[in-house]
Amino acid sequence: MSDLRPSLDTPEVAAAEEVVAAETTGTAPRSRRRSPAAMAVRRFRRNKIAVFGAVVLLLIVLLAVFAPLIAQQSPTAVDLGEIRQPPSSEHWLGTDASGRDVFARVVYAARVSLLVGIVAALLAVLFGTIVGAVAGLFGGWLDTVLMRTADMMLSFPPIVIIIVLAGILGPSIPILILSIAVTTWPTTARLVRGVTLAVREREYLHAARVAGASRGWLLRKHIVPAAMGQIVVVGTIAVAGAILSEAVLSFLGLGVQPPQASWGNMLNDAQSLTVIQSMPWLWLPPGLAIAATVLSVNFVGDGLRDAVDPRQSGRS
Amino acid sequence: MENTEPLLVIDELAVEFRTDEGVVKAVDGASFTIDRGEIVGVVGESGSGKSVTAMSILGLVKSGRRAGGTIRFRGRDLGELAGKELRTIRGAEIAMIFQDPMTALNPVVTVGKQIVEALRLHDRKLSKDAARDRAIELLALVGMPDAAARFKQYPHEFSGGMRQRAMIAMAIANGPSLLIADEPTTALDVTIQAQVLDLLRVAQQETQAATLLITHDLGVVAELADRVVVMYAGRVVEQGDVTTVFTAPRHPYTVGLLESLPRLDRDVDELHPIPGSPPSLLAPPPGCPFHPRCPLARDRCRTERPELRVVGNGTAVHRTACHFAEELAAVPTEVTR
Amino acid sequence: MTAFVVRRILVNIVVFILIGIGVFLLVRAAPGDPVRMMIPPADLQEGSEAFIESRRAELGLDDPVLVQYGRWFLDAVTGDLGSSFISRAPVSELLIERLGPTVLLMSTALAISLLIAIPLGIVAAVRRNTGVDYAAAALSLGVISVPSFFLGIVAIYIFSLQLGWLPSAGMSSPGDGTGGDILRHLIMPAAILGLASAGPLTRYVRGSLIDELSADYVRTAEAKGAAPGRVVARHALRNSLIPLITIVMINIPQMLAGAVVLEQVFAWPGMGQLAVRAVSQQDYPVIVGFALYVAALVLICNLLADIAYAVVDPRVKVT
Repeated sequence: MSDLRPSLDTPEVAAAEEVVAAETTGTAPRSRRRSPAAMAVRRFRRNKIAVFGAVVLLLIVLLAVFAPLIAQQSPTAVDLGEIRQPPSSEHWLGTDASGRDVFARVVYAARVSLLVGIVAALLAVLFGTIVGAVAGLFGGWLDTVLMRTADMMLSFPPIVIIIVLAGILGPSIPILILSIAVTTWPTTARLVRGVTLAVREREYLHAARVAGASRGWLLRKHIVPAAMGQIVVVGTIAVAGAILSEAVLSFLGLGVQPPQASWGNMLNDAQSLTVIQSMPWLWLPPGLAIAATVLSVNFVGDGLRDAVDPRQSGRS
Repeated sequence: MENTEPLLVIDELAVEFRTDEGVVKAVDGASFTIDRGEIVGVVGESGSGKSVTAMSILGLVKSGRRAGGTIRFRGRDLGELAGKELRTIRGAEIAMIFQDPMTALNPVVTVGKQIVEALRLHDRKLSKDAARDRAIELLALVGMPDAAARFKQYPHEFSGGMRQRAMIAMAIANGPSLLIADEPTTALDVTIQAQVLDLLRVAQQETQAATLLITHDLGVVAELADRVVVMYAGRVVEQGDVTTVFTAPRHPYTVGLLESLPRLDRDVDELHPIPGSPPSLLAPPPGCPFHPRCPLARDRCRTERPELRVVGNGTAVHRTACHFAEELAAVPTEVTR
Repeated sequence: MTAFVVRRILVNIVVFILIGIGVFLLVRAAPGDPVRMMIPPADLQEGSEAFIESRRAELGLDDPVLVQYGRWFLDAVTGDLGSSFISRAPVSELLIERLGPTVLLMSTALAISLLIAIPLGIVAAVRRNTGVDYAAAALSLGVISVPSFFLGIVAIYIFSLQLGWLPSAGMSSPGDGTGGDILRHLIMPAAILGLASAGPLTRYVRGSLIDELSADYVRTAEAKGAAPGRVVARHALRNSLIPLITIVMINIPQMLAGAVVLEQVFAWPGMGQLAVRAVSQQDYPVIVGFALYVAALVLICNLLADIAYAVVDPRVKVT
C-alpha cells in the first residue's frame, strides 16, 4: 500500500533482481560452469529435509493417482448397517456416519486436495506472471494501478475473501479454485514485476538491439526464464496454501460438498464432542493427511527457495 | 619489562575465512608494531588484508578465524583475553573509527546517547548528567557547532562529515592510548576529507593516542603518518618511516603504488597504474605474491617467498620483503623520480 | 505528518468505496434474483411472483446500477446494512454484538504470539544454527502447515475430553460468566490462534535481527566495549522491532481469518461464527456486512501500520 514501510516480501524481490543481474552478467562465481538450474537441482538434492518432503509428496501423489487400486472400497458407498464402525480388517479406518469406508475416503480425498491445490496455484501463477510482466513492461499508471491492487489483495486475509466469495457465489470446486487463485496471484505478480524491471534495466544497458524487440519477445526470452526459479518457489508455496484453504473451506462446509470426500469436509464431522471423544478414526486420519501433505509441500518449497537462491536461505 | 616493548605488537598474524570455494587467507603472516603516540599508516589495495588486520586487534572479525600469530597490547596477548577482559579494553584503551559514518552509527539512537554509552560503559560511576556534559564537551571539541542541540539529534540529521566527527568524539571519549581509524575519510566528499584529517590530527594531539590509520590513500598517509606499513595479499611487503619509504621505496609494489598516484607536478598521461590485479587469496601464487605483476620478477620470485628484511643504511628501520630490493636502490631517480 | 495522515485516510476511503462497489457487484452477480435473495427461501410460496415484481419497483431495482449502488452505499455508511434474512435483526447490531468476543480472542492471541515470537526469534537469531534455531524453524513451518482447526480438535480431545481441564465450547459456562470462567474458555482458542501467527512472526524477528546484527553500527557498539547482551538489546533489537510494529499491524487481518475458523471449532460467539453461519444459510446482508467490516479492519490496520512506521522510526521523514 505504502512505499515507505517494510513488507515481508520485498527482500525476495530485491534478491530476485540480484539473481537476475548476477546470472546474466556472469559475475556470480558459482554459476560460471553449470547452468543455474543444474546448480539448483544439486543444492536441492543435498537438502535432506527437502528431499524427504519430495518423497512424501510423491507417495501422496501416487496415492491419489492410484486411488482405485489402493482403496478396495468405494469412498461414497453408503452402508447404513455399518455406521461409525471402529477400524477393522474390512474397514481399515472404520466407517463414517453414513457407513462409508473412511480409508477409501481419505485416499480419494487426496485427489481433490491435490487437484484444488495444483490447479489453483497454477492459475494464480499464470495470472500473476501476466499481471507482473504487464506492470513491469508498461510501467506508468498501469503499473501503479496493478501493483496497488496486488498490495491491497495481499493485505486481505485470503480465507475471509474465499468465505465471502463462496458464500455469495455458492460453494463448488470451480468457485473454490477461482477464489483461491484470486487471493494468491499478487505474490507472483510482485515477483515477476521485480524481475521484469531488472531485466529491462539490464537489456537497455547492455543491448541496444532490444530497443526494437517486442515486449512479447522480451517476456518469453528473458523475463520468464529469469523469473522461472522464483516462480516455481512461489508456486510451490502457493500449492501448500491452496491445499490448506481448501481444507479450511471444506471444514466450514463451504468448499467441497459431500458425498464427495475431501480431507476438510471429513473433519467437518468432528464438530461434535461425541465424535471427537469416541471416534478418533473419523478425524485423526484426514487431519494428519492434511498436515503431512502441506508440511511436505512446504519442505519442498523451502528447499527449492534455498536451491534457487542460496543467499536467501538464512541457514547455511 | 613492559616498557621496553612497543604499545602494540602484531606478530605473524594470520586470519582465515572459510568460504564455499575454500579457505581465504585474508591475512597471512603480517607483522608490525606501533609505539606510544605514534601514527602508523597501513596502506594497500582492497583485499590486501589491512582492514582485517585492524579488525583483528579488537577481535571484531566475525566470520573469520585467527589462524596464527599474536597481537600484544601493552604486553598482553589480546587473542588470549576472555570476552569480559577484552571489553574493558575495547572503546577504553583501544578505540576505533570506522569507514562509513552513514552506517556505523545506530540510526535509532541519538548521537548523544551513543557517546554517553561509550563513556558510561567504562566508567560506571559516571552520572547520566555528567556523561551528558562530557559528551557535549566532546562534540564541541571535534568542531560540532551547537553541540548541545546536536546531542539530541539522530544520525540521519547529520551530514557525513558531521557523523564522522561524532564517531571521532565517541572514539576519543575515554582517552584511548591506541586509536584505530579504518579508512576514516574514504566515504566522505573530498572537501570534507581534509577537515576530518585535520580533526584526526587534533584528536591525536589531544589524546596523545598512538594511531593506526588504515587507508588506500597514500596522500592521507603522507600527510598524517610517522611510519607506513605497506600490505599486499595479506602480508606486509614494506615498512619504514614515511619519508624514507616514499622517497626511496624498496619494494616494487610500493613503487607501483607511488607511480599510480596522480600528482600536480606531473601530466595526467604519466599515470602508471600497476598492471594486473591482486592475486586470489584462495590460491595465492607461490613464492612472492606480487611476482605476477612485478617488472623485476624472475625465477627466484616464483618459488621462494621473500621475508621481511632490513634494507638501507638510514637510522630509521626500513624493511622490505623483496629479493631484489637493492636493484631498486640502484635506480632511485628513475623509478621514484 | 498531518498531511501524510490525511492523505492516507483519503486514499483508504477511496479504496473502501471501491471495495464496496466490488462487494455490491458481486452480490448482483450472485445466482438468483436480488429480491428473491432478500426473501428467505422458506417464505417463497406460490403467487410470490407478483409480490416480487412490485418489490422490485419499490426497491428501485429497475434504476441504473450506479444509482442503486449509491443508495446502498449511503445506507451502509450510515450504519444501515439491512436486516438478516434469518433473525430479522439489523445486521449492524448483529455484528457489533459479536465484535467484543472476537476482539477479546484476537487481542489475547496477539499477546500470546508476541510473547512466543519475540523471545524465540531473538534466541534463534543469536544462537544461529543451533538446536534452538532449528526448533524455532520447525515450529514456524509446523504451525503454518497444520491447519488450526485440526489443532483445535486435537486440543479439545486432549484438554477437554481426556484431561477435563478446559471447556471445549462457548465463551462462558451457563450461569457463570466471571472473568475466570471466560479466561478458561479463552485459553485454547487464543493459544492456538496465537501459536499459528507466532510462526511467521518468529521467522520475521529472527531474520531481521540477523540482518541487524551484521550491521556496521553493531560492530561500532562492540568496539565501544558493549557486552553481547547489550549489543542485542540496546542496538540490534531496537532496529529490528521497529518494522515489527508494522508487520504485526499487517498481520492482524490475517489473524482474523484464523479467528473465523477457530470460533467455529470452539463455538466462540464472535463475528467469524456469525459469518460462517450466514454463509451456510445464504444470509446475504450479513455476509455483505461482514465483508465490509473486514475491509474496514484491513484498511484501518494498514493505515495504522503506515502511521506507526512513520512515527516510530526517526529516519522516516514524511510531510
